[in-house]
Amino acid sequence: MPDPTPVTSCPMVREPLLSELSGPGRNGLTVPRPFAAGRCADIPAALNPPALPEISEVETVRHYTRLSRLNTGIDQGMYPLGSCTMKYNPRIGEEIASRIADIHPADEAALQPVLAWLLDLKATLEDLCGMDDSCLWPAAGAHGELTGMLVIREALRRRGDDRHKVLIPDTAHGTNPASCTIAGFTSVNVPSGPDGFLKAADLERHLDGDVAALMITNPNTLGIFEQEIDRIASLLHANGSFLYMDGANMNAIMGIARPGDMGVDCMHLNLHKTFGTPHGGGGPGSGPVLVKRGLAPYLPDPRIVRNAPGGIGLVARSPESIGMVHSCLGNVAVLLKAFVYCLSLGPDGLREASIRACLNANYLKERLKKVFDLPYPTPTLHEFVLSDRVQKVAGVTTVDMAKALMEYGFHPPTVYFPLVVPGAIMIEPTESEPVGELARFADAMGDIASRAETSPDLLHAAPRGTPVERIDEVWAARNLVLTWNDLNPSR
Amino acid sequence: MAFLPTSPDDLHELLSTVGIRDAEELFARIPEHVRFRGRLRVDGPMDELALRRMFRAGASAVVFLGGGVYRHYIPAALDALSSRQEFLTAYTPYQPEISQGTLQAIFEFQSMMARLTGMDAANASMYDGATALAEAALMALRAKPLRRIVVTRSTTPSYRAVLRTYLRNTPGVEIVEAPFDPATGRTDLDALERLLDSEAAFFIQQPNYFGVVEDLPAVSAIAAGSGFWGVVVTEAVSLGLLEPPGSSGCDVVAGEAQSFGNPASAGGALLGFFCVKKEHVRRMPGRIVGLTRDHAGARAFCLTLSTREQHIRRDKATSNICTNQGLCALRAAMYLSCLGPGGLREVALQCACGARALMQALQGKGLRPVFSGAVFHEFVVRMDPGTRARLAEAGIVAGIPLDPHYPELENALLMNVTEMNTHEDILCLTRHL
Repeated sequence: MPDPTPVTSCPMVREPLLSELSGPGRNGLTVPRPFAAGRCADIPAALNPPALPEISEVETVRHYTRLSRLNTGIDQGMYPLGSCTMKYNPRIGEEIASRIADIHPADEAALQPVLAWLLDLKATLEDLCGMDDSCLWPAAGAHGELTGMLVIREALRRRGDDRHKVLIPDTAHGTNPASCTIAGFTSVNVPSGPDGFLKAADLERHLDGDVAALMITNPNTLGIFEQEIDRIASLLHANGSFLYMDGANMNAIMGIARPGDMGVDCMHLNLHKTFGTPHGGGGPGSGPVLVKRGLAPYLPDPRIVRNAPGGIGLVARSPESIGMVHSCLGNVAVLLKAFVYCLSLGPDGLREASIRACLNANYLKERLKKVFDLPYPTPTLHEFVLSDRVQKVAGVTTVDMAKALMEYGFHPPTVYFPLVVPGAIMIEPTESEPVGELARFADAMGDIASRAETSPDLLHAAPRGTPVERIDEVWAARNLVLTWNDLNPSR
Repeated sequence: MAFLPTSPDDLHELLSTVGIRDAEELFARIPEHVRFRGRLRVDGPMDELALRRMFRAGASAVVFLGGGVYRHYIPAALDALSSRQEFLTAYTPYQPEISQGTLQAIFEFQSMMARLTGMDAANASMYDGATALAEAALMALRAKPLRRIVVTRSTTPSYRAVLRTYLRNTPGVEIVEAPFDPATGRTDLDALERLLDSEAAFFIQQPNYFGVVEDLPAVSAIAAGSGFWGVVVTEAVSLGLLEPPGSSGCDVVAGEAQSFGNPASAGGALLGFFCVKKEHVRRMPGRIVGLTRDHAGARAFCLTLSTREQHIRRDKATSNICTNQGLCALRAAMYLSCLGPGGLREVALQCACGARALMQALQGKGLRPVFSGAVFHEFVVRMDPGTRARLAEAGIVAGIPLDPHYPELENALLMNVTEMNTHEDILCLTRHL
C-alpha cells in the first residue's frame, strides 16, 4: 500500500453538525429589506421563527469548505465508475448556464433565446441518435425511462392493443424494471447469452402477444455492443412490440452508430453522463427522450414550436400527449451545459470523444486482464467488467479492493454490478483520462492484486488514509438516525 | 480537440498496448449496416469566447412572476461554495468513505427540511415539486387501499398535470379535484368533506396557487377522515413564516424548495422535497442519508434504507428515482445555514409586506384582489390583455395569466412580490396603468 497520505489532504477532525455549531443570537447574512417591515397581521403566522440553527456567515463558509474537503470530485483524479461516465466537466458550461439564472420561466420575452437554444440542442441530439423527435424535460435518466415507457404504453393503448410485459436483459440497470413498474408494466428478466450479449434466438422464445417492448442498453453494462440488435429489432417489430434503448452508454458510439439506425423506437440519453455536465453529488441530471416518428404524438407536454405568435413558443397541450412530466422545462441549466459541450467539440470532436473513450477502456482492459479475471472475453467498447474470482482465493473481495483504491487517490469503479458477474468490478475511464493517469490506475490495481496474495489483511482494513474508515452501513439501517432530532430524541 | 488530453504519441502508446493499428478496429463488432458513415450535423467546434458571445440572455426589466418558481436573493457565498469541485463534480455518494462532505450536507438538509415542515424525516430530494406530489400519491397507494386521489383545484396546474401523468396507468384510482370558494380563494371545505373518506388520499397546497393561505387547522379536521393526506408547499420560503404544515397531523409534506438558494434559471434545475411521518419512512421514494459510524467508531454518514431503492429492489422498488437534485439540495442547506431562523423569517416577511404594498398601489388604480382570503406573497387581480401587452412593451411582466387553466377566472393574473422587487418596481408598474 502507498504511504497513508490522506486522500483529501484533510485533517482527520470530525466536522461538527450545523446544529452543534449553532449558538443563540449569531447573525447570519443581512437579507435585503426593500419594504418597510410590517406585521402583515392578516397572515396566520407562527409565533416563533423556524427551528433552524443560528450560524455566522464565516462559520457557514468554513463548515461547507471543510465538508467539501471530505469529498472526492473528478477534478482530483480518475473516477472510473462503469456506466456512470464520469468525464471532465468543462467549466465554460457553468459560465453559460449562469446567464439564464435570473430568468423566470413565465418571462416569455426573456425565454425566447433559451427556447431557440433548446430547439437547436433537440435537433443535435436527434441527429446524433438518428431519431425523429424528442422531449428534453425529463430531469434524469430514470425519469426519461419512465417517460419513454409511458409513451409506449400510450401508443399501444391508442391502437387498442393493451400489452403488459416488458422484457429486460439481466445486465440492465435497476431503474429499468422500476420504471416499467410505475408505467404499469410487468418486467420479465431475459438472460443474456454466454458471450455477454442478447441472442435474437433467445429473445424469440420470450415473444408473445403480451410483450409491449424490450428495454435494452447498448452497448450493454458489460461494455459489449449488442451485435444482434437489428435482428432483435426486426423480431420485436414483427411481434408488434417496441424496442426501447437505455442510452446510459451512448458515450461509446457517438458518431459511430446511431440507435435510430439499429431499429430503436424510443430511447433516453443521460446528459450528465455522455455530455459532460457535472453530477453534483447526485444531480441535477437530465434525461431527454427521443422517439421515431410514430411515437412522436405521445411525447410529453409542452412542445416547443418555432412559429408561435411572438416567436418561438410553447404549446401547452397536444391532443395525444401523455401529459406533463415536470412542472417546468426540466433541468434547463443542465440542457444548456450539454449544448455547450456539443458545440465545443463539434461533429468530429464528439465522434473522436467516443473513439478515445473506447481506446482508453481497452488499454486498461489489456493491462488488467493479466492480473484479474475477465469473465467475458467478447470485445468491449467504452467499459469492461472484471471479477474478484482470482483474489477471492486469498479471501480478498471486490469491496476490499475498491476501498483500497481510495488510498491510491482513485474513486473506485462501479462494484457488484452488473449482477450477471459475481463480485463485478466495472471500469469506465472515459476519454478524459490522459495516458499517465490510466497507467497510474493500472499500476494501482496491479499493486492491490499482489497485496491480495501477500498481505490480504491490509486490504480488509482499507481504507485508512480517508476521512473516515470503512463505514458500517448495517448500523445506519438498524438505528435509523435520519435527522438532528433523532440524535437527541428528548427534544 | 476540446477536452481530449491524448497526444499523437500517447495515442500510439495506447494503440500498441491494445495491439491494434487503428482505433477503428475497436468497432469491428458493430454490424456494418448499423454503422454511421455520415457526419454529425451539430455546429462547432467553437472556442470559449465564441460560446460566450453566442449565449446572451437576460430577464425582463421588471417582473412580478411567481407561481411555483420564485426569485429570491442568493447570498454570494453560495455560488462560491457550491461550485467547489469536491461538491460539483462528485458522483452520488455510494462510496461513503470519500463522500462524507455530500453525505453530511444532505443529512443536514434532511434535518432542516424536517424541522421546517414539522415532520419526522425527509429524503435527499426529488426532481421538482410536481414529481414530489406524484410520488406522494404513489406512496399513499402503497400505504393504503385507495380508490381516489383528491387534490385541490387551487393546486398549481402543472402539479396536477404531472400527477395525472404519473397515475395514468394505475387502474381503479380516480383523480378528483376539490373546488375553491370563489369568494375567498380558499378550498371549499363543505365540498371537500363530501369527497373524503377512508378510501381517498387528499392533497392540499399551502399557500395555494392563488397565493391564498388555507385554513390548515380546519382542513385537518376534515382530512383526518381520509385514508392518507398531505400538504404540498410550492414556496418553501413560506415555511419561514407560517406554522409548520406537519403540526396539522398530515402524513406527508412534499413540494418545491427552489426558493432556498437556487435561481429561477428558466424553470430548472428545481428542487423537489419530500418529508414524512416516521411510520412512512420505509415507504419513501428516493435516497435517504443516515448517521452511522466507521470501523474505528467515529461518527459518519451513509446512504441508508437502500433496500427500498431500484438498484437493490428493481421492479419492487418504492420508486424508480436514482439521480435526483443533489447539488440543489446542497445549495438549499447552505442557504438556510446562511440565513438562519431570523433571516428566513425576514425574507418571508419582506415578501409578504411587498405583496401588500403592491396590492395597495393597485387598489389606488382600481384593481382589487379577486379573492378575499389572506395571501402570503402573491395574489390574483383581473387585468385586461391590452393593459398587459402595454406593460410588456415597457419591459414589465405583470404576472402569470390564469385563464388557460381556470376558464372561470377570465383575465385573471397571478402577481408575485419577493424581496427582489422594489418600491420603484411598483411605481413603474402603476405609472403604466
